[in-house]
Amino acid sequence: MSVLQEISQNVRSIKQLEYAVLARRANQIQKELSQGVRKPYKELIDVCWGDPHSMDVKPLTFVRQVLAACVYPELMSSHKLPLDVRQRAQWLLGRCDGGSVGSYLAPTGIPEIVQRMSESIRSRDGGVPCNPDNIFISPGSQWSLTNIIQVLVNNEAPLRTGILTPVPCHVTTIMSIKSLGAAVIPYFLSEEHGWALQVEELQRALESAKGGCNPVALYVINPGNPAGYVQSRKSIQEVIQFASEKRLFLLADEVYQDCVYGKNSEFVSYKRVLAEMGPPFSDTVELASFHSVSKGFMGECGLRGGYVELVNLDPNVVKYIFNLICKDSTTPVLAHFAMDLMMNPPRPGDPSYPLYNQQTQDIKNMLVQNVKTAHEVVNSLPGFSCQPVEGGAFVFPRVFLPPRAIQKAKEEGMQPDTFYCMRLLEEMGVLVSPGCEYGQKEGTYHIRFCIMASQDIIDQVLKRLTTFHTKFMKDFS
Amino acid sequence: YSLNGVPCRGKVLTVDNMNPNVKRVEYAVRGPIVQRAVQIEKELREGVKKPFTEVIKANIGDAHAMGQKPITFLRQVLALCSYPELLEDNKFPEDAKKRAQRILGACGGHSIGAYSASQGIECVRQDVARYIEKRDGGIPSNPDNIYLSTGASDAIVTMLKLLVCGEGRDRTGVMISIPQYPLYSAALADLGAVQISYYLDEEKCWSLDVAELRRALNAARQHCNPRVLCIINPGNPTGQVQSRQCIEDVIRFAKEEHLFLMADEVYQDNVYAEGCKFHSFKKVLFEMGPEYSSTVEMASFHSTSKCYMGECGFRGGYMEVINMDPEVKTQLTKLVSVRLCPPVPGQALLDLVVNPPQPDEPSYITFMKERTAVLSALAEKARLTEQTFNAVPGITCNPVQGAMYTFPRITLPEKAIDKAKEEGKVPDMYYCMRLLEEEGICLVPGSGFGQREGTFHFRMTILPPTEKLKVVLQKIRDFHVRFTQEFS
Repeated sequence: MSVLQEISQNVRSIKQLEYAVLARRANQIQKELSQGVRKPYKELIDVCWGDPHSMDVKPLTFVRQVLAACVYPELMSSHKLPLDVRQRAQWLLGRCDGGSVGSYLAPTGIPEIVQRMSESIRSRDGGVPCNPDNIFISPGSQWSLTNIIQVLVNNEAPLRTGILTPVPCHVTTIMSIKSLGAAVIPYFLSEEHGWALQVEELQRALESAKGGCNPVALYVINPGNPAGYVQSRKSIQEVIQFASEKRLFLLADEVYQDCVYGKNSEFVSYKRVLAEMGPPFSDTVELASFHSVSKGFMGECGLRGGYVELVNLDPNVVKYIFNLICKDSTTPVLAHFAMDLMMNPPRPGDPSYPLYNQQTQDIKNMLVQNVKTAHEVVNSLPGFSCQPVEGGAFVFPRVFLPPRAIQKAKEEGMQPDTFYCMRLLEEMGVLVSPGCEYGQKEGTYHIRFCIMASQDIIDQVLKRLTTFHTKFMKDFS
Repeated sequence: YSLNGVPCRGKVLTVDNMNPNVKRVEYAVRGPIVQRAVQIEKELREGVKKPFTEVIKANIGDAHAMGQKPITFLRQVLALCSYPELLEDNKFPEDAKKRAQRILGACGGHSIGAYSASQGIECVRQDVARYIEKRDGGIPSNPDNIYLSTGASDAIVTMLKLLVCGEGRDRTGVMISIPQYPLYSAALADLGAVQISYYLDEEKCWSLDVAELRRALNAARQHCNPRVLCIINPGNPTGQVQSRQCIEDVIRFAKEEHLFLMADEVYQDNVYAEGCKFHSFKKVLFEMGPEYSSTVEMASFHSTSKCYMGECGFRGGYMEVINMDPEVKTQLTKLVSVRLCPPVPGQALLDLVVNPPQPDEPSYITFMKERTAVLSALAEKARLTEQTFNAVPGITCNPVQGAMYTFPRITLPEKAIDKAKEEGKVPDMYYCMRLLEEEGICLVPGSGFGQREGTFHFRMTILPPTEKLKVVLQKIRDFHVRFTQEFS
């Protein structure tokens, strides 16, 4: 009989999510609500995940029209769909074997689509060349990240492979690292400085790893998750210099690149900064950049599409990565098409452009408004402090829990911020996630919730949170 | 070396310090021969003259790529799910609309773009469980034991990730057939698991003999800890459909030797030969009584890529786990959450496959017509292939009882084997490369799947449309005769 002891140690080392205990209770409450049990609220609001569609953000019409036409080409004979939709669908289907979205994709994707992706990346990066051969598609950025980490992890080496990872950091990255048997080397982002990444802290983290593991890579996420920072060019340069000096492989997770709200913030890719730094950095620092169709304006998390772009890797290593992708490759065709639609949207003059532009503008305005409101409301509450949210999908405010609350949490066998979240769930029907899920400085507590949601949902969340928090702080004062 | 006079520092990530397991990964189905095929296609597009005008890619089990048409009903529902405004369009039948509405109702924000639960959309898992119950004559299936996945491959790799552990002599050993679908060998190499090969019997239509399982297992116990037994039924590349007796014997063996059974059943609807029938491992297990059904641990795998749907590009699939220790199941549930969730369109498609139109529904007639056409065409092509190859001196072909492939044995002249060695190629790779260059037909050499020492095979899919298949078979026949003559 297979028992726990006989299960991969790597798998067992993945921590159980705090969310799991909250989700269980949330499911129960959902059942109770549907059975008519009276509660102070009529429905639950789950703002834990960066999942825009489930929070009333609508899919983009152009995207869905093209995908529908690709799935059921009979639609193209009707003139109900705009001309550019039909033309794009036709072009995409023409690139598929057998003209069907049901055929396998070549592991590295459809060459013409990847070519267009590379042109779009080049355009994004102000002309920095992009070689389509270095782009590898996947069912999501986390899938790509796992594959690249897999190549980096050497379990036959005397010391365990280590990867520098930010604190706080979103959970799936940590899980991927652990599941592959590598060690997480945490480096703390500086909350007081807007969650800035400080090189001295990278240095400290690296030193702390000496003798314990072999640091091979540095993982950064920009814009951030859960903390909503957007790195400045200068900050990115410092990180690149550090990686170069210390001979670290750079993993740059840039899935929120289209989610920038701060007036003074601008997304610039690691690849672009690297190229603009010139030699020796530009031709030596090894970099993997990740992106996906899950975030941004499209928010198509359920399609599962992403890619990694490799820069300055040893071509012999890339050959093995290709082999790995071949075996592991399993990107859905619709997701690959979504990449084309994301990176080559309708242009002015195209029939779909006005609506597309309207929809994306609306989403952008909504996000900017949500961030503003959330930031204002949370900061106005005593016992909360929230750094500026310049980008990303989440708000990650710090909550100053009274000692009595911390004590109560301990009595109930919960992390203090999980306790706070559980209470919020019970009393106000709002599900947010606790800071301990992502890591935080000892003795500090946070919550994370998503702002990629309709204004109505955010307003509701903030209203309920305000009521709850005021009462909570009073009860435990 | 130096670049522009500036000394080049060494790479951080090199072939020497990278994950050694990744270097051992090979996947013949997309290996060097396919890469050459893609190159040749490029040359043809550029106008290079060749003895053929197209490359026929009979290497991969991709039905739509070979011209098989999608099933109308499935695509209608998926289009409705993709762009729900179409629900207003009266060109779509009511049953398609109903299915789409039900699926969308189970999605966050009524969108297939929302994440689903990691284990898969609950109502889809419920439908899968009901399908399994119906298929297996009423044997209960618990939706909690169903894990939806990104194609069956994802679930297979996930189970192996879960099960492979230990160091040195305690390293997990995994039994897999020779010949096998190379995803298994690649995954085992990747995980650093020990592959324990058991030979299928070519003389007996590629059947499985428990004595051979025992031989392989006992030999393996010397250097590893055998814990898993993988079986593909119907088989890939061999196409055999195991008899019920054989399945019982395998289950008995698994129980005796404390092995976790992994039953890859993605071809369960692809059964053609007279007298052959698909028996699910789960059904047989439960019919063997509680001594087995409450103890043997198993995972069965299925997908939307094969059968009559051939929807490889959607990446739909599932596994059902039986008798898994609850603590182990918790670990499994945790592991699948690392990938967030399987593609939602694939989950929707799976729901339709397990929930097809019923006789009283508007789409039923067309659906059944299309389904029957696909499966009967495959059966006909299976028969034609076996017949044609067996008539060629130097090629012997077991009946294609099921799945989508033929795996004939080819006799290669000594001189050809020598020539292959000269070129640094494995003999059947040399043969297939020659065939590709001369006829534009891409097959996969038997060495990519495993075969008995000294024997040579190739795997060809039976997917090209019948007329094209006839031409392909003819060309291979002519090539084989020429090749044999050249090296006589």
